[in-house]
Amino acid sequence: MTAPTTILSRAQSLVEEFELFDDWMDKYQYVIDLGKELEPIDDAFRTETHKIQGCQSQVWLQPCSQGRDIWFKADSDAQITKGLIAILLRVLNHSDVSEILQSELSFLEELELKEHLSPTRKNGLDAMIKQIKLYAAAIQASDSIRS
Amino acid sequence: MDTKTGHIETEQEKSHGEISKPIDAAVIDRIRADFPTLHQRVHGHPLAYLDNAATSQKPHAVLEAIEMYYRKDNSNVHRGVHTLSQRATDAYELARKQIAEFIGAGSTREIIFTRGTTESINLVASSLGGMILQPGDEILISAMEHHSNIVPWQLICSKMGAVLQVAHVTEDGELDIQDFRSKLSKKTKLVAITHVSNSLGTINPVEQIIADAHALNIPVLLDGAQAVPHLQVDVRDLGVDFYCLSSHKLFGPTGFGILYGKESILDRMPPYQGGGDMIDQVDFSGTTFNELPHKFEAGTPHIAGAIGFAAALQYVEKVGFDVIQRQEADLLAYATEGLSSISGLRIVGQAQEKASVLSFLVGKSHPYDVGSILDRFGIAVRTGHHCTQPLMKLLGVPGTVRASFAFYNTRSEVDRLVEAVGQAGAMLA
Ligand SMILES: Cc1ncc(COP(=O)(O)O)c(C=O)c1O
Repeated sequence: MTAPTTILSRAQSLVEEFELFDDWMDKYQYVIDLGKELEPIDDAFRTETHKIQGCQSQVWLQPCSQGRDIWFKADSDAQITKGLIAILLRVLNHSDVSEILQSELSFLEELELKEHLSPTRKNGLDAMIKQIKLYAAAIQASDSIRS
Repeated sequence: MDTKTGHIETEQEKSHGEISKPIDAAVIDRIRADFPTLHQRVHGHPLAYLDNAATSQKPHAVLEAIEMYYRKDNSNVHRGVHTLSQRATDAYELARKQIAEFIGAGSTREIIFTRGTTESINLVASSLGGMILQPGDEILISAMEHHSNIVPWQLICSKMGAVLQVAHVTEDGELDIQDFRSKLSKKTKLVAITHVSNSLGTINPVEQIIADAHALNIPVLLDGAQAVPHLQVDVRDLGVDFYCLSSHKLFGPTGFGILYGKESILDRMPPYQGGGDMIDQVDFSGTTFNELPHKFEAGTPHIAGAIGFAAALQYVEKVGFDVIQRQEADLLAYATEGLSSISGLRIVGQAQEKASVLSFLVGKSHPYDVGSILDRFGIAVRTGHHCTQPLMKLLGVPGTVRASFAFYNTRSEVDRLVEAVGQAGAMLA
């Protein structure tokens, strides 16, 4: 049995994967390819309410949870955006809510991707992280009421 | 000259004649030396600045004029008896004279200094709209307007109970002149249309528009923000009632612009600063307001803006519109041909008459993705809806990638654009 992974360990393995590329084009291509593998969201979530505000492209986020295990499905009409989302979700999905709430997500800097992002894209990504944390906080809150 | 250049030239001469003959590269090189911003690297590549419709770069002459003003003459205008204030006032009012001459205005009384096109339009909407509009009256715009030429009219229409009418735009991105005519009526109190479309480059048939509107005694406002960098505009030849422009798109500083208005109309309009709320109580026949143009210029103005803009106009005149138009026509034709060779690329906006603005989509790729990749190649373009959401909706696109050329751009920059767009297309396929 493999040891359970954490946000930190998953981020670390992503950083290592990205270190293999020394060319920005390969890096971008990899981001785009990761986006293509993203699990599609349910059509019911492709609505205005589930749209992340602040993106030049459209982004939809679907929260899923079972107990304190939380994960997300997401989609975007822009491929690079979708790839960045895939990276984010690969690190965050199936974490315990408290781990999500505590995470710093500095790995995005380490991937040297954030510096290449336009301000609107950065805002979009930040808005997405904020939304994810809000969902996590809501689950945490209802969990503490129950127990 | 290389064989490629020779080939394009003959192609163009067939259709466009002499005007598209490319300018000697050495001439463009000398021009480029006047623009410090152009000489830098972005992500390791030489900058190819192809976002001129958003804002233009500034030549040394403009930077120096602004610096000299602040270093030597800085003082408030129209106020002091002292020497510096006199110098500042002289330079400021000389700028007004130069601007009036540049656009062919009858007098400096017709040149109102504003913050830019947006404020110029808002001024007319609020002041004239508040004065003349009655419930049920109409203002006629087109479907290709920038938000700046939509929202001010929506605001004043909803306030006065007037109706905003919108003339159709064809699939090619041209004004549907039949539809435009059919929407002109006794109820129309003003026509407000863009001279050149910022998203598509379409040059509208403004002479025709003005003739049609004037036949019914309807005044016309033209949004000239995208026209003045490319076309020699003469407001008196056009007979247009209002003409709006921004300094920053014409190689001058940001935060400064012009409202040209016919003196006969401006004279009757209440001051913008008086605010809409006061308008009902103002008696226009016995005006007690300040003289034109100062009536519309409250507060300490953007003095350096006026001086910098005048320097920009002087610079443009030195380069000359013949050179500007030949170079831009060549770049537009060359880029259109180059981009069209990319499979899956679609040019959005195929009007007969176009300024050097080229909007396009690559396959199913999101414009934003294409723009991000072009940036990595050091190429600056704009992506998105270009502040023309209704037009994008009408054309059924989420937005476009827009390359917009100035006379300081080169064929080799176009070559790089074409190659990078091809690469982006392949990466995003
Ligand atoms: C056609 C058109 N109208 C109006 C504007 C607004 O100009 P400004 O932002 O300088 O006021 C622009 C600028 O993008 C434009 O392209």
